[in-house]
Amino acid sequence: MKKNYVYADNAATTPMSEAAVKAMLPWLTEEFGNPSSMYSLAAKPQTALATAREAVAAVIGADPAEIFFTSGGTESDNWALRGAAYGAEKKGRHIITSAIEHHAVLEPLEQLEREGFELTVLKPDAFGRIDPEAVRAAIRPDTCLCSIMTANNEVGTIQPIAEIGAICREFGVTFHTDAVQAMGHIPVDVEDMQVDLLSASAHKFNGPKGVGFLYVRRGTRLKNLIHGGGQEKRRRSGTENVGGIMAMATALTEAVANMREEYIRLSAMRDRLIAGVLQMPETVLTGHPTERLPGIASFSIRYIEGESIILSLDIAGIAASSGSACSTASLDPSHVLTSMGLSHEEAHGSLRLSLGRYNTEEDVDRILQALPPIVEKLRAMSPVWKSKK
Amino acid sequence: MYTDKVMDHFANPRNVGEMEDANAIGEVGNMKCGDIMKIYMKISDDGVIEDVSFQTFGCGAAVATSSMATEMVKGKKITEALELTNSAVVEALEGLPPQKIHCSVLAEEAVKSAIADYYKRKGIDPTPIVGCTGDCKSCHAHAKRDEE
Repeated sequence: MKKNYVYADNAATTPMSEAAVKAMLPWLTEEFGNPSSMYSLAAKPQTALATAREAVAAVIGADPAEIFFTSGGTESDNWALRGAAYGAEKKGRHIITSAIEHHAVLEPLEQLEREGFELTVLKPDAFGRIDPEAVRAAIRPDTCLCSIMTANNEVGTIQPIAEIGAICREFGVTFHTDAVQAMGHIPVDVEDMQVDLLSASAHKFNGPKGVGFLYVRRGTRLKNLIHGGGQEKRRRSGTENVGGIMAMATALTEAVANMREEYIRLSAMRDRLIAGVLQMPETVLTGHPTERLPGIASFSIRYIEGESIILSLDIAGIAASSGSACSTASLDPSHVLTSMGLSHEEAHGSLRLSLGRYNTEEDVDRILQALPPIVEKLRAMSPVWKSKK
Repeated sequence: MYTDKVMDHFANPRNVGEMEDANAIGEVGNMKCGDIMKIYMKISDDGVIEDVSFQTFGCGAAVATSSMATEMVKGKKITEALELTNSAVVEALEGLPPQKIHCSVLAEEAVKSAIADYYKRKGIDPTPIVGCTGDCKSCHAHAKRDEE
């Protein structure tokens, strides 16, 4: 990364912590053995996997036997949804989810729909929250699965997962939560949340890319997704990414140890960002005012377009992101923002600033200095701004 | 993602702003697609584009193609400006990502739309001279995808 570059896109990915890198390295070189082998070189990787599994389980209040390592959030989501849908098929083929899920949840569910499952997609309120009572109302005798994310990646809204979990349990519906964005940043406990399946990804909490895990509550009917050599107790095949898994466990343990103080520090910085950005006219906060992840500030800046904001911020040495149509390959504006009731034009002007472990108060100052002149310049260039004034 | 030339025209757009004494104004695109281009021209009696400016709501490519298109038609005769193609704009910008080609089409259409406006103001039907002014396919990227 360039010197003096302000990285404010921690919701996209995070840099690895020093401790995580250190935890990863030995398994790439001298301790490279395949954990499935019989000789002594495999002993240390085997022990390492067990240690990592215990560490991850301890963080989320699970049993180590309920933790399965995967290649990341997308695989965990795909496995949970496809595996649980076909695992509980006998009960019925109806699935409940929300309109603000990540594509890693929505796409596999749409595929299941093409395979004959029926989907109910719940709309969030204007703040991006799913009403637990809407989940209750959507449950039918043939509902086999419900998937609602712990916290949204675009606007940061935290969902009432424990309440939704309780309702699903009451009706015997398998409940999955995509906790990819939340893990390591807010408390996640599978008992408190009453979840049966939970997805997480290491690179969102200063671990490496390409590794994650799926929590599977004991007794949950789950078909395998990846077939092969029978690793992970014959549930998820593929030689274990030992280095990645060790780095993930280290990063997660670290994140949880510092969670309280990081939560306070990041929330304060986020709120200063929000207050500063909202001083500009025709700018609104998107997502929930209080129930939001500590690092995520998201806005709609009207009459200008998100990609132009991102490019301009990049020129000013700041990395941020947008859900605008032009900033995505699909040319569609964010499904999260439009489902929350934002108009296309409001969604086009979306800006997400996400803070993390390595951000400082100085970064917030830099953003708040750089943004207003950019917005002013782009609005001066915008044919819509003038006519609205 | 973008060439240096695109980034240069995005960061330092040429001929940007409203033109008070324009005698030709063209606007294409719409808010739903996320791109709106408005081109202002001052055209002399002998059909020379003496001055040109633009206002654009849109992504980096939308701004850069507007800027480049105005550069390419400035000082030209209307007849020459009408020959401006979107691929010439793309070439002048040293390329655009495939999903951004529609921005160059919008720029071409904005120029044509402004010239059509010039003829309309003179009481001349622009259709045989200008052809399609762009409004029909100004959202063509979406229209194309919908067809698929």
